[in-house]
Amino acid sequence: MRRYSAFAIAREAARYHTGWERAWKSPKPKKKYDVVIVGAGGHGLATAFYLGKNFGITNVAIIEKGWLGGGNTGRNTTIIRSNYLQDPSAAIYEKARSLYETMSQDLNYNVMFSPRGVMMLAQTEHEVRGYVRTAHANALQGVTTEFISPERVKELVPIMNIHGPRYPVLGALWQARAGTARHDAVAWGYARACSDMGMDIIQKCEVTGVRQENGNVTGVDTTHGQIDCDKLAMVVAGNAGHLAEMAGFRLPMESVALQALVSEPIKPCIDVVVMANTVHGYMSQSDKGELVIGGGTDGFNNYTQRGSFHHVEETVRALVETFPIISRLKMLRQWGGIVDVTGDRSPIIGKTPLGNCFINCGWGTGGFKSIPGSGWAMAETVAKGEPGSLAAEFGLNRFTEGRFIDESVAAGVAH
Amino acid sequence: MLILECPYCGVMADETDLHGGGEAHLKRFGPGSSDDEFETYLFHRKNPKGVHFERWRHVSGCGKWFHAARNTMTLEVYATYSAQTTEPPQDVIDAVKAKHPDWEGYK
Repeated sequence: MRRYSAFAIAREAARYHTGWERAWKSPKPKKKYDVVIVGAGGHGLATAFYLGKNFGITNVAIIEKGWLGGGNTGRNTTIIRSNYLQDPSAAIYEKARSLYETMSQDLNYNVMFSPRGVMMLAQTEHEVRGYVRTAHANALQGVTTEFISPERVKELVPIMNIHGPRYPVLGALWQARAGTARHDAVAWGYARACSDMGMDIIQKCEVTGVRQENGNVTGVDTTHGQIDCDKLAMVVAGNAGHLAEMAGFRLPMESVALQALVSEPIKPCIDVVVMANTVHGYMSQSDKGELVIGGGTDGFNNYTQRGSFHHVEETVRALVETFPIISRLKMLRQWGGIVDVTGDRSPIIGKTPLGNCFINCGWGTGGFKSIPGSGWAMAETVAKGEPGSLAAEFGLNRFTEGRFIDESVAAGVAH
Repeated sequence: MLILECPYCGVMADETDLHGGGEAHLKRFGPGSSDDEFETYLFHRKNPKGVHFERWRHVSGCGKWFHAARNTMTLEVYATYSAQTTEPPQDVIDAVKAKHPDWEGYK
């Protein structure tokens, strides 16, 4: 792999850009791999990357039914934060956030991490109490957050109407080191690094069955034929339940549609991420100037990657109330993704009832922010066969044992 | 927008008049049941990619709970039927089979 650098740009400029390599190879699948990872989204690629980097396992295939990063990795609103309430969540999300800080250097790929700050508005007394509690919990967990006053909110986001008629702003939970990153670049950067380590990324290859023998996984049937493996890692969003069914077990989750939209580009007007969970909407401004907007999930099972129109209306209505200047903006694009939501709104990482088969799913509406931490924890689980300290609490058995990691407050509307 | 016919009041109700209640025909477990049975009942869901039977409530209408047979891949609605059932009635099964002959049936 040729490194990207200022010198590389100068070198290529001098020869009409004829020397750029493909960022990753597209090989034919081999007969057998040590580890097959299903899903080449952020989480799957990050799992592969840390398998190679932390454990030296590089005989790995990452198979993807669509195109690389084309699921929820390419459909989210790119928010990165770690201000969760429970200790296991804070640990894994903070690990992820800290890995994002050095990701561009680690991958030699500019993921445009922008620690611009994330603000979660408190618009009811109940929310104020909830966020003050979260701020205290974060202080104990070593995650830097603070509860700020409405005046400070106005100072940070001048375009906000903090005296709204329905829900005036009573304060906010502020995480200054949270922010956004370029979502596609995260997938591409990991893919380039994985390909460089000799891993095979196989796109347009759908899993149609899971092969097993004596309670252990032996491989997968795909649209490109049978691929054998010693260990199988299922790292898919949305379709995790469908894949689990092929492997013969059920998951405590349901798949629903979550939507996002972007406005026409305008001049810079908001340089933090604002989330308003009571009125159901969140907004930030992309580097192109578009306002990136998200809202709530639909209330029914759905696999169509498109959501209900009335949710768009609710989201925009809430945001117009909070940011009156956006009332005349046109919306450019709207899209949906399928998120897999668990009962306690926390993910599942760990072993499955099938031997040598591991699962990482259930990130619900908040998967993007956790990509590096999730990959780190999943790689350890797959390499050692047992979850490590980051993943231990997130096992499937927590539902039998009643050890929930309840993040319904932190998840709010967006997660 | 999803539109379901309320089997009680006969209104073609918009999604905004309804509230989803999740998977229908769950087998309930009570005191004396095993941990696995409780886990299945409380948390495990079919979450199928295709034909799905689910509960809905006509909240902004007659207020009654009812059942719907719907496809999660196409958003097609096959039928709505009474909540006083423990599994989909034959006419609902037939309505699904009429559109999807290769459907493996209710299980």
